[in-house]
Amino acid sequence: MNTFVCVKRVPDTSEAEVKVDATEKDVDSSKFSFDINDADNYAVEEAVQIKEAQGGTVQVLCCGPQDADMMIRMALAKGGDSAMRIDDPRINFSDPLQVAKVLAAAIKEQEYDLVLTGCWADDDGFMAVGVALAEELGIPHAAMVKKVEVEDGKVKAHRELEGGISEVVEITLPAVLTIQTGINEPRYAPIRGIRQAQKKELKVLKLDDLGISEEEVSEDSSLIELKRFYIPEVESKAEIIEGEPEEKAEKLAEKMVKGGLI
Amino acid sequence: MSNIFVLVEHRQGELRDITLEMLTKASQLAEKTGGETVALLLGNGVDSHAEKLTGYSDKVLYMDDPLFEDYNSEKYQKALVAFFKEQKPYLVMMGHTAQGVDLAPALAVELKMPFVTDVIDLEYVDDKLQPLRQYYGGKVNAEFSFKGEPPYLVTFREATLEVPEPFKSGKVEKIDSPLKEDIDYRKFLEYIEAEVGDVDITQSEILVAVGRGVKEEKNMAMIEELASAIKADICASRAATDAGWLPHDRQVGTSGKTVKPKLYIAIGISGAFQHLAGMKGAKTIIAINKDPEAPIFAEADYAIIDDLFKVVPKLTEKLQELRG
Ligand SMILES: Cc1cc2nc3c(=O)[nH]c(=O)nc-3n(C[C@H](O)[C@H](O)[C@H](O)COP(=O)(O)OP(=O)(O)OC[C@H]3O[C@@H](n4cnc5c(N)ncnc54)[C@H](O)[C@@H]3O)c2cc1C
Repeated sequence: MNTFVCVKRVPDTSEAEVKVDATEKDVDSSKFSFDINDADNYAVEEAVQIKEAQGGTVQVLCCGPQDADMMIRMALAKGGDSAMRIDDPRINFSDPLQVAKVLAAAIKEQEYDLVLTGCWADDDGFMAVGVALAEELGIPHAAMVKKVEVEDGKVKAHRELEGGISEVVEITLPAVLTIQTGINEPRYAPIRGIRQAQKKELKVLKLDDLGISEEEVSEDSSLIELKRFYIPEVESKAEIIEGEPEEKAEKLAEKMVKGGLI
Repeated sequence: MSNIFVLVEHRQGELRDITLEMLTKASQLAEKTGGETVALLLGNGVDSHAEKLTGYSDKVLYMDDPLFEDYNSEKYQKALVAFFKEQKPYLVMMGHTAQGVDLAPALAVELKMPFVTDVIDLEYVDDKLQPLRQYYGGKVNAEFSFKGEPPYLVTFREATLEVPEPFKSGKVEKIDSPLKEDIDYRKFLEYIEAEVGDVDITQSEILVAVGRGVKEEKNMAMIEELASAIKADICASRAATDAGWLPHDRQVGTSGKTVKPKLYIAIGISGAFQHLAGMKGAKTIIAINKDPEAPIFAEADYAIIDDLFKVVPKLTEKLQELRG
């Protein structure tokens, strides 16, 4: 089983203040900490587990600038065999269909059975790249997968639906699966793996190496346009409880009891 | 070229609310484009769905065929590609749901449709559509526009609009399915129902909800103390169930449960829309989070903006004291 796993480096903005920058099309990311996208981390683990069970290879694929290399090396340390990073400033990241086109060009000519991506990216949340990639490659797919069973050239994928229900679909390989968080328990990279990862191949490619032209994947040729970012006004009706942490706790407890909330 | 098409979503004999939510939006837009709304339904034995939809759409077109017994992205895609070669909508809307995200991107690529996902609003200004979506867990809004020619395609976020009462009396028409034979490269096998656990959080009166902010499983002891002080059940965000601190049947949100307790205390939860969709019906919401920008505060009645590790133990202590 030869698997490609696509990974993206994203900022952790769950606790950070987010500010729109002067271009109005990006945010000031100077204070963010970055790491592998959560769902992609599960996809890497799934790829490695499939390799451990069935043999084969895991190739890590990333579209993005050089600062993604640390993250890629960590994926190699966990069991990836080699990696490719497509680094070209002409790629338009605001259009997931164009990103899918770039990834497809990198995979197309290779030998592979399975392509895994995360089902969504924590930063832009498009949930589109994996399924678009399958269409570009002309192979079947299943989105939002929470369990994978591979057998005889086929894969049974458990797709997560709403409300805790899932559906099982059987698709023929090669195929693309977009992986949902919680599918497995991602491992930590072992020290020995981290050392070995430094020696593994990490190819850096440009659009020209992939035989795609700028016209196919640039902002100008996109069918959508990001006009502007802005911070939404949050209308909160909440009563904000003030004071030192302990005072806040006490005031809240009193409100809960006297207000008949409990 | 001014009609708005909505792909009907239904599962296991039920129409899903997102369909009616989208038809509300579609109807507002159609008034401005001067077109009609068309609900497009693919299914098997779905006369009653079609009938019901006439209350929400100018037109209901449906393909009733055993091949559409269960949703299958590949079959839907084939049928839609053939269908949209005949019909020329201005806009096609699908749910930003397990179905929509599995289908729409591939359709957009095949038909080269201008495509934006997870749209929370759509305005029609100066004869142009402006899809609005979000980045960074809801902290940033992003306005998009379409370039190129219609049909445009969007996936629309669930639970953004209220589920409407019937507001139209449209016409219904059964049409031939262009899909003539089954496919073998993707097959639907079965549904697996949700896990059932020891506590049914949909019935709980008071819920203490934990998120990633609780940091480590060992900190659950602190949460359990609070819950036991006020006889609450414990539920969680997805981040906390994915981490294994609680079983999946305790997850609140679109892919978990929808709860309506009297009191919901969210601790270290950012308030992603998938989470909010499952709990915003709670009567009173208390949020404890150290990030003043956390979207959870938009839904809260009481807010403590602080470190939960300093607040929660004291809160428990005081509650124990007050309740004797
Ligand atoms: C298809 C799909 C379906 C999904 N379904 C669901 C669903 O059903 N339910 C669900 O919950 N999510 C769901 N999600 C995931 C959702 O998008 C979020 O990733 C998730 O809800 C985040 O959980 P969280 O709020 O616990 O974590 P985070 O977003 O990481 O937030 C943690 C919060 O804790 C706060 N915090 C950290 N430390 C402290 C401290 N010491 N004191 C106080 N506060 C602190 C931070 O400020 C932050 O706001 C789904 C995602 C997808 C793609």
